Amino acid sequence: MSVRHAMLALLSEGPKYGLQLREEFEARTGEVWPLNVGQVYTTLQRLERDGLVASDGTSNEGPQKGFRITADGEQELARWLRTPPDLSSPPRDELVMKVLVALYVPSADVHAVIQAHRRYLVELMQQWTRIKEDDAGSDLNMLLAVDAELFRLDSVVRWLDAAEARVNRAAGDGTLPWADQASTRNQTRAPLPRQRREVRVRR
Amino acid sequence: MSMLELRQVSKSYGQGGAEVHALREVSLTADEGEMVAVMGPSGSGKSTLLTIAGTLEEPTSGEVLIADQPVSKVSRSTKARLRRRVIGYVFQDFNLLPGLTAAENVSLPLELDGLSARKARVPGLRGLERLGLGERAAHYPDQLSGGERQRVAIARAMVGERKLLLADEPSGALDSANAQAVMRLLLDACKEGGMAAVVVTHDAQLASWADRVVFLRDGRVTDQTAAAPGPESLLTPERNQ
Repeated sequence: MSVRHAMLALLSEGPKYGLQLREEFEARTGEVWPLNVGQVYTTLQRLERDGLVASDGTSNEGPQKGFRITADGEQELARWLRTPPDLSSPPRDELVMKVLVALYVPSADVHAVIQAHRRYLVELMQQWTRIKEDDAGSDLNMLLAVDAELFRLDSVVRWLDAAEARVNRAAGDGTLPWADQASTRNQTRAPLPRQRREVRVRR
Repeated sequence: MSMLELRQVSKSYGQGGAEVHALREVSLTADEGEMVAVMGPSGSGKSTLLTIAGTLEEPTSGEVLIADQPVSKVSRSTKARLRRRVIGYVFQDFNLLPGLTAAENVSLPLELDGLSARKARVPGLRGLERLGLGERAAHYPDQLSGGERQRVAIARAMVGERKLLLADEPSGALDSANAQAVMRLLLDACKEGGMAAVVVTHDAQLASWADRVVFLRDGRVTDQTAAAPGPESLLTPERNQ
């Protein structure tokens, strides 16, 4: 979340005080991203230094200091809104890594690993759905923010479902790593096929 | 009070080498006012679970209790009465009768239960109004949108003060907004109408409406969600790092 650009967006509506900016930021993001006072003032100072906002020039440095957006600030805001965030390389996803690694750990039950993550995700989704129904009311910002979180978590659950189906098929075809040791899987630990394991996991 | 209880229910089809175990020792309860979602991939036994819970099929072993009555111990006619008066079904493809209006579809279960068409009409209309379809009462299913058809089907499943709602992928063919609306109606039926609902789905967003989510894999209940903590846990400043 770019606090910097959120501040510019709030100031594009008209001049505001520092304290007001902080309150409005929290209200507009559906209180999903709370912000501390320090962050607001540091951000405003940097924006002023870069010529994107101007202050009302009083010596008052407290919450009552007023700010307005400059022409450069307006331009920067317009540019930022249309610039897609960089999603070109997949994030280093801890959950994906855990499932991939579980395939190669002889003592790990990959189904149990997948289910542990799935249950946690669904529990989170239950909480967000309650928030949406009970607390959000007609607060459009909050509804949008909660929807985004629900869709994101849902996509991870779907990946787990697809992963489990794929693992089941691989087990059926006998192409699962460790399939040849399946019978000894829970008794003795065969030595790890070191190189192959590393290559697969990294992929 | 528990409206539905499955005790160690197993169901298998075929025999010997061709035997297929659809359900294995499944235990499940749904209390008054509670919505339970059963989540699992296709082939996990979800639909079998619902047909057995709805007394449409008998388990190979185990016991089904509807409103604390063991189904295996009641007479055939009592079982039929349970199906007509206590249990309501909602299906993925709505299953409305095309030759009947929305109101007639909703009051049909009451007519089948012996009420005159005239008497059955009033609760039928009331059910439609409760789901916001009062002005659609005289429309035929093919004059309704998918979302409206499913609302008619839910009204039909609730008519006559029934106590247990069983829904099989109730929003399968609907878009996201309509699917959410269907879940909201089912949840309201539990919270305000005091019904118990068991909703079978593979969709986590829909399952997340439920009070409890039960996970089904290969005919077994493998896991379920814990009671959810309050929303505060997600809306605290510590999370914003």
